[in-house]
Amino acid sequence: MSMQSGASTIDPGEVAKFEAMAAEWWDPVGKFRPLHMMNPCRLDYIAAQIAAEFGRDRSAPTPFAGLRLLDIGCGGGLLSEPMARLGADVVGADAAGGNIAVARLHAEQSGLAIDYRHTAAESLAAAGERFDVVLALEVIEHVADPPAFMAACRDLLRPGGLMIASTINRTARSFAMAIVGAEWVLRWLPKGTHDWRRFVTPDEMAGLMRGAGLDPVDRKGMVFDPLRAEWRLSARDLAVNYTAAAVRRAT
Amino acid sequence: MDIRADVLIVGGGLNGPALALALAQAGFTVALVDRLAHETRLDPGFDGRAYALALASRRLFEALGLWPVLAPESQPILDIHVTDGRPGEGAAPWFLHFDHAEIEEGPMGHMLEDRHLRRVLLATMQAEPGIAQIAPAEVVVQEVGPAGVTLTLGDGRRLEGRVLVGADGRGSGTAARAGIARTGWDYGQTGLVCAVEHELPHGGCAHQFFMPAGPLAILPLKGNRSSIVWTERSALAAEVSAMSDADYLATLRPRFGDFLGAIRLAGARSSYPLSLSIAHSFVAPRLALLGDAAHGVHPIAGQGLNLGLRDVAALAEVLLEARRRGEDIGAADVLARYQRWRRWDAVSLALGMDAVNRLFSNDNPLLRAVRDLGLGAVNALPGVRRRFIREAAGLSGDVPRLMQGRGP
Repeated sequence: MSMQSGASTIDPGEVAKFEAMAAEWWDPVGKFRPLHMMNPCRLDYIAAQIAAEFGRDRSAPTPFAGLRLLDIGCGGGLLSEPMARLGADVVGADAAGGNIAVARLHAEQSGLAIDYRHTAAESLAAAGERFDVVLALEVIEHVADPPAFMAACRDLLRPGGLMIASTINRTARSFAMAIVGAEWVLRWLPKGTHDWRRFVTPDEMAGLMRGAGLDPVDRKGMVFDPLRAEWRLSARDLAVNYTAAAVRRAT
Repeated sequence: MDIRADVLIVGGGLNGPALALALAQAGFTVALVDRLAHETRLDPGFDGRAYALALASRRLFEALGLWPVLAPESQPILDIHVTDGRPGEGAAPWFLHFDHAEIEEGPMGHMLEDRHLRRVLLATMQAEPGIAQIAPAEVVVQEVGPAGVTLTLGDGRRLEGRVLVGADGRGSGTAARAGIARTGWDYGQTGLVCAVEHELPHGGCAHQFFMPAGPLAILPLKGNRSSIVWTERSALAAEVSAMSDADYLATLRPRFGDFLGAIRLAGARSSYPLSLSIAHSFVAPRLALLGDAAHGVHPIAGQGLNLGLRDVAALAEVLLEARRRGEDIGAADVLARYQRWRRWDAVSLALGMDAVNRLFSNDNPLLRAVRDLGLGAVNALPGVRRRFIREAAGLSGDVPRLMQGRGP
């Protein structure tokens, strides 16, 4: 397994701490269980949208080779690593420095070359970075200025590039499920993880995208199936979790 | 590292090669470690062993491109007769009769001799560039790391993969090295296996007689031949095994009956003790068990290979789906999907077969009356009977894509 430069500059005491955090991030039944459970469904959506937009054959071993992809709010790398395995040239960005150290350490263990950066979308855009795909999953409900964030995402895309976002709808059901259910009753997420008032409806999402010069091309609900204990995509039910894709206009 | 592959498989019986083919055809690289040399596996000596391939298993072989070669060697099963009997007494008045015309999918299964299946699997594997076969070889060390698994062989060679599959039978060393405990028991019964030639045609009909000592299955092979699986208490089985061919046949004849005319042995005889052995978990970090390594069942209704092939199809589908998403194919949550899918099915079937055997391997007159009524009741209700047929054909439950006649 190849050592990656960067990880070696961290102080050894910090490494032990990050190793513990990495184990936590990547434990499918630990603290980040909700994300792990939702991940296959999110990955199915992302992979299908990228393959469709860029005409890639998903049965190839590395179908996304040659595509430059940015994962905003990459956390421990739950999306960045799969995208790198599918051949994409991945940059993972997170505003939390701890997450970046964790993600670097895990990618190194997995033998994956991923460029993780402790930075924000706006700074990357200002530095003139350009990508074929920008992912912002479970991010927009946490940003202070959604229109400005969406504009930064547009700036990060090459013309014709693909943006994929996911978030939680602002409905009575999403209050019951995401706040009361997930935070108060099931304790899947710490209390206060989400502020219901910041949730974005699918139409508001489409409005934000259009306003930034992105054309919405698809949206799907993500629904938890309690019998199979897994998430699946739904064309009709966008009342709680959903994901949306948009393309940057060529001009 | 001497060999690197996506998937390492330990065990070169039938399930291991079937999985290797399914994975290699889907684009994975595979290394298969077999304890036995090819020449041993290919020994043409016919030991009479044959499998009742369920329809779902045939579909898996179709998906793997093996069926065109296997079909000419296979005998379709058109009818199944299940009877309760005692030697010399003939069949009880109540019996079960399953006819393939009752389900729309065609024959409920095919009889295929072990020697043909083995030869075709090995030859196809050899022609597959994505598979590295390592045989004969013994695994001595098995180490699991954060991103992969490493095997060290007896000759010092080292193999590295993302995930390890134990297809090494009920005494699975792979499971033992991973610390997976097993539950099981001996039945005190032994399966006597042979093939017979008979005077009259079998008409594609399979027979299962439930005798006090254990079930006797007469399964149609190509031509006027049938495969016999004859279960006896182990002490008696040892005596029967030691007999000359003539005495052996003389002992078999009254149990067999004369409905196929005169019989004589075709090929060698073999025997194996029956036991149930279930692994406490089908998965461990970067490890999945399948076939007998996960669940060694009683061979009633020939479900052992069919169950194993269902594991093969399910595991191949789970791994392929994970790769298409870019997931780590050896990650705990990926392997957990395989276990969730297969464990209930395999364990419930194993215990169900165990219960059936306990109910039928008994000469208690009350139990005999109960089971005769039960068989009669199943036979009298077409809906129930169709469910049994579909179950036996492997068409019930969550069927893997490779067994639905579709690509993975």
